[in-house]
Amino acid sequence: MKQKNKKIDYSKWGYLFILPFFACFFIFSFIPLVDTIRYSFFEYYRSGIKEIGPNFIGMENYASLLGSDMLKYAGNTLILWIIGFIPQIVIALTLAEWFVDARLKIHGTQFFKVVIYLPNLIMASAFAMLFFTMFSTNGPINSILMSIGLTSQPIDFLGTAFGTRSLVGFMNFLMWFGNSTIMLMAAIMGISPDVFEASELDGCNSIQRFFYITLPLIRPILAYTLITSIIGGLQMFDVPQILTNGQGTPDRTSMTLIMFLNSHLKSRNYGMAGALSVYLFIVSGILCFIVYRMTNNEDPDGSKAAAKKAKKQRRG
Amino acid sequence: MKKRVVSILLIMAMAAGSLAGCGNSSGSDSGSGSGSDSGAAADVEEGKVINIYSWNDEFRQRVEAVYPEVKETSSDGTVTTLNDGTEIHWIINPNQDGVYQQKLDEALMKQADAAPDDKVDLFLSETDYVNKYTDAEADVAMPLSDLGIDPDTDLADQYSFTKVTASDTEGVQRGSTWQCCPGLLVYRRDIAKEVFGTDDPVEIGEKVKDWDTIKDTAEELKAKGYYTFSSYADTFRLYGNSIDESWVSPGESTIKVDQKIIDWVNDSKEWLDAGYLDKNVKGQWNDDWNKAMGSASKVFAFLFPAWGIDFTLKPNWDGEDGAWAVTNPPQEYNWGGSYLHACTGTDNPEHVKEIILAVTVNKDNLLKISKDYADFTNTTSGMQEAAKDDSFSSEFLGGQNPFEYFAPVAENIEIAPLSAYDQGCVELIQNAFSDYLQGNVDYDKAKTNFETAVKERYPDITEIQWPE
Amino acid sequence: MRSNKPNHFRSIFAHIVLIILSFLCLFFFYILFINATRSHADLQKGFSALPGNYLLKNLSNVANDGTFPMFRGILNSLLVSGCSAAICTYFSALTAYGLYAYNFRLKKIAFTFIMAILVMPTQVTAMGFLRLITNMGMYDSLLPLIIPSIASPAVFYFMYSYLQSSLPLSLIEAARIDGSGEFRTFNQIVIPIMKPAIAVQAIFTFVGSWNNYFVPALVIQSKDKMTVPILIATLRGADYMNFDMGKIYTMILVAIVPIILVYLLLSKYIIAGVTLGGVKE
Repeated sequence: MKQKNKKIDYSKWGYLFILPFFACFFIFSFIPLVDTIRYSFFEYYRSGIKEIGPNFIGMENYASLLGSDMLKYAGNTLILWIIGFIPQIVIALTLAEWFVDARLKIHGTQFFKVVIYLPNLIMASAFAMLFFTMFSTNGPINSILMSIGLTSQPIDFLGTAFGTRSLVGFMNFLMWFGNSTIMLMAAIMGISPDVFEASELDGCNSIQRFFYITLPLIRPILAYTLITSIIGGLQMFDVPQILTNGQGTPDRTSMTLIMFLNSHLKSRNYGMAGALSVYLFIVSGILCFIVYRMTNNEDPDGSKAAAKKAKKQRRG
Repeated sequence: MKKRVVSILLIMAMAAGSLAGCGNSSGSDSGSGSGSDSGAAADVEEGKVINIYSWNDEFRQRVEAVYPEVKETSSDGTVTTLNDGTEIHWIINPNQDGVYQQKLDEALMKQADAAPDDKVDLFLSETDYVNKYTDAEADVAMPLSDLGIDPDTDLADQYSFTKVTASDTEGVQRGSTWQCCPGLLVYRRDIAKEVFGTDDPVEIGEKVKDWDTIKDTAEELKAKGYYTFSSYADTFRLYGNSIDESWVSPGESTIKVDQKIIDWVNDSKEWLDAGYLDKNVKGQWNDDWNKAMGSASKVFAFLFPAWGIDFTLKPNWDGEDGAWAVTNPPQEYNWGGSYLHACTGTDNPEHVKEIILAVTVNKDNLLKISKDYADFTNTTSGMQEAAKDDSFSSEFLGGQNPFEYFAPVAENIEIAPLSAYDQGCVELIQNAFSDYLQGNVDYDKAKTNFETAVKERYPDITEIQWPE
Repeated sequence: MRSNKPNHFRSIFAHIVLIILSFLCLFFFYILFINATRSHADLQKGFSALPGNYLLKNLSNVANDGTFPMFRGILNSLLVSGCSAAICTYFSALTAYGLYAYNFRLKKIAFTFIMAILVMPTQVTAMGFLRLITNMGMYDSLLPLIIPSIASPAVFYFMYSYLQSSLPLSLIEAARIDGSGEFRTFNQIVIPIMKPAIAVQAIFTFVGSWNNYFVPALVIQSKDKMTVPILIATLRGADYMNFDMGKIYTMILVAIVPIILVYLLLSKYIIAGVTLGGVKE
């Protein structure tokens, strides 16, 4: 990592290579972001087609948000995310491990890999529409359940907080587990076969191999999956929005933070939406910082340390 | 009149920073030549592009059908060329997720600075939010009188409630519609025969003439295993249309929930608990609701205006034609309607005026629309004729002429006082109390949820008052 | 070698789980397909497990609607998604390489900065974005849907992680000794090594861009520039006049076919890329 070429200074290339990214970010994200933050200190909204404001009101938007149900929505978002993420990561890790495990002799690997990723291809909103139809009280799922005698009355899936939340979680799981599997699989396949060979010689069984070799070695990608999933979770919008018609029904128990933000954007309340965005920004920043530290710090160069260990073991 | 239009144009032109001198000369030109040949004058001063904002192709079809100047429309439906070479550019944005209003609002905000051919000339609004655009202070929809249309004489044949709807708080009319949407009760003939022994619209009409009578009727239907209506959302418009005071009084920031709305909540609860409504149908425009219109459904009646019968009920009905009939509703109501507004700052006032007159005023045109598109149109005398004219009878309704029932309802509609907040209030109160009606939350929680939601939607609302 | 039996059971178990999951995944596509083959009236009658015979009619309804430029929409979407995927993966790889392979003063700050913006929800800046686009004269054009994908922190982070685990710096050293220019090293040595990562992210970006409704709905105005999700929304937003669920399902079906094709093409490439293995320590 720390090899430096002393004779020629290559640093200008570093700047040059990262320039497009930063230029583009500055124009298309940073300027709008500053705009957003600026307006969070203003009273600024539309009433009908009249524009009210912008009037500077300091932290008032922030204060009134704290007084609102924002924390409840944050809780909803967290619950919805966890219901989807736990099965997603568990299944994805298991599948990825299975797929690369030659000893399992999985038939039709290619087919399964292709299939499990499919739900991710369909638009979240279209997917939610399908679910909405299928799980409605007179929908096909209820008629199937009733015809095989599991229930005599149609189940009102979307009428209860538990039902709605489970459906949202299930949909997020279905849409994303294939994605995670492919990503983790790429990571596992990126591990040098030598390492696995070595472990084989040392008599690792597949469970040991998974926990002591695979898992530490794919840590960066795992962290990536976790972080992107957290971001995705925080930004959860389409699925609950369509499933509950933007209301987070019943009783706003499936209202997520972005749905809350969306309802402010819909009413053109730039001030309040700005303040909420800043909160979101801070929260997601903190979360990702924690995850980043958790996965990187205790073993700053995890992959290499593990790889070296494995090599040493082999030599020894 | 002509001069006035020109002078208004002039003021606008100056406001937009155009050359005052240029405007002056053209003003005097057209002033002198405007006496008889208004078409020629229009050619001189009118812009080459008419921009019309709408959310679907309905209005374009109406214009193509009745505006004689239309020459042709491009195959993708975005440009219609008129005989004098002027182009109508159709700017269509879906209503979905409020995209239409968002795009329109952006365009209206930029109207003053836009180049003449980019200015919005004509736009449409729906009854639910027409008030947002007719607001006098916002002044985005031109008073019709500024176009040279005198509402009192030119629009005398229009139903008065449509004129009230399209007016600002001072009573200045700022829009006009071709369509008015009196609603009826549409019922299944087979169920009527089985339960009441008759499917005669007059007799059934007696049984549903007001809320007390229809409740007894509901009990009869229930005894035979039928629901009167599909869901509590079906009846909302009838209550919501008859509120005494607007949701928000002009200049105030308080929402006053009308007693009629609370009546709707209480009655709906009673009806739902009594089994007069289908518990499985939650609201409208969803799958369950559509299925309730099918032949397997146990729902006796729906409350629909003309468009509802043709475009919602008919496609969802899977039996033979002639299975349904219409009769008077328990209470007169109006549901829907698209309003045309000339946009302040338009550079095509003459064309806009012509279009408004052709599509919303000319009686022959309106009757043609009624016949070809099954709209109930905005002509009192024309609709009275249609009510007596058997050529307006409907196959779907078993040969019944629905205009016979529509026309009196239309004449009796008292439009509820509107406010710019109606769309949100109506939508959100139904959502909030839906939870209550389904037993998910208690009454007070539903109230709080409504308050939260409505304050989110309208940041300027500070207080919500509930009736005692 | 010694434990063949447990593997046998695990193998059966794995197959069962995979079959169940595949069933779940395919089930929804099956329903979508069924629904696309039925007319609006049929759909309202309820669910059916067998396809109807209305697919062609639905298809021609969608395709022949002059006001509804389906093919144009698919072309636009292909263009936007294809370009986005290409420039997004290329520039993210470039940025990741820049930060990975070179040492410079702002390196740490730049990295931390990207990690910080990684978490920024897109909705947050939407309104400011729209204002900016309008001021730059890019309103109602496809460019604002493509160019911003140059700066994709998430893709960058993936690329960076991948580089960390699969590109030894010694390789770059070796290339330098061979007299390869920095830019050429990147294009001819680093990119091939990153193929698997690029393929994976290209799919994700392509799909994300293809399905994006939020930004295009803000930016696109004219019909001939609309992308597929806006068209679907237009169909769904079509009010009572021409509300046709059969058309909607057909359009969704049509919308995912190109994506599946691209996916199938790239998925082969991924597997090939991954098994090539690249250079290891």
